[in-house]
Amino acid sequence: MSVALGTEAPQFDLPGVDGLNHSFDSYGDAEALVLVQSCNHCPYVQAWEGRLSAIARDYADRGVRVVAVNSNDAQSHPEDSFEEMQKRAASQGFAFDYLHDEPQAVARELAAERTPEVFLYDRDRRLVYHGAIDDNRDEDAVSQRYLRDAIAAVLSGQEPPVSETPAVGCTVKWK
Amino acid sequence: MRIDFFFWKDCPSHPEARALLREVLDAAGIDAEVVEREVFSEQEAEELAFPGSPTIRVDGRDVDPAGASTRPALTCRIYHLPGGRVSPVPSREQLEEALR
Repeated sequence: MSVALGTEAPQFDLPGVDGLNHSFDSYGDAEALVLVQSCNHCPYVQAWEGRLSAIARDYADRGVRVVAVNSNDAQSHPEDSFEEMQKRAASQGFAFDYLHDEPQAVARELAAERTPEVFLYDRDRRLVYHGAIDDNRDEDAVSQRYLRDAIAAVLSGQEPPVSETPAVGCTVKWK
Repeated sequence: MRIDFFFWKDCPSHPEARALLREVLDAAGIDAEVVEREVFSEQEAEELAFPGSPTIRVDGRDVDPAGASTRPALTCRIYHLPGGRVSPVPSREQLEEALR
């Protein structure tokens, strides 16, 4: 069951690949908060992660924070362990925070199904956009930039032009 | 020529890969037998040396030999494309090369 628009963002306090814990409250100053259910191993995530870094960089000075959360079971997918997360973040130069949700609590609260799957929260931390980053994993073929358009709308105090799209990607790997 | 098309239904890439394979076969005028097999369990993935979905073998040879030895798992397979990009499906060029 998909989480409804308007739902409050989940509370969390999770270790990041930077060696620090990151709590929901630590993003309290953000004008908008982008949570992305993510992981290492998935080709869909890998195809989109460069664009996610670009979004994080492009909107950083406007108070938008991008946070990727990996909740996958590292027993069944060792590529998604915390150590591998740190390696990938370093090798790819992630411009966003990358947190490890080992208990899978955030994924459960988000009712996340796919990686990557985007949840955009406004200043009041209400869900205003849920779904895909854009409409094509091939960057050259993108015609609809859903997340960028939704962020721009939120920063302008407007409703996103599109609020929900299907997230296309790998399944979340539950324990 | 025999083509084995292995897939895991929880990865959404197999319909695209199946359609691309059909396109390439038709364009090349190849009348090959395509045998589809769904992989249901980690144990089955191990037994089939299935490195992820989809996996396509032409007369037993993987269309992306470099990725064929990846740890078997029920997962989406990563195909590495020229230019450092990745894809959940093989490229048209990989399929054409494998069918030559």
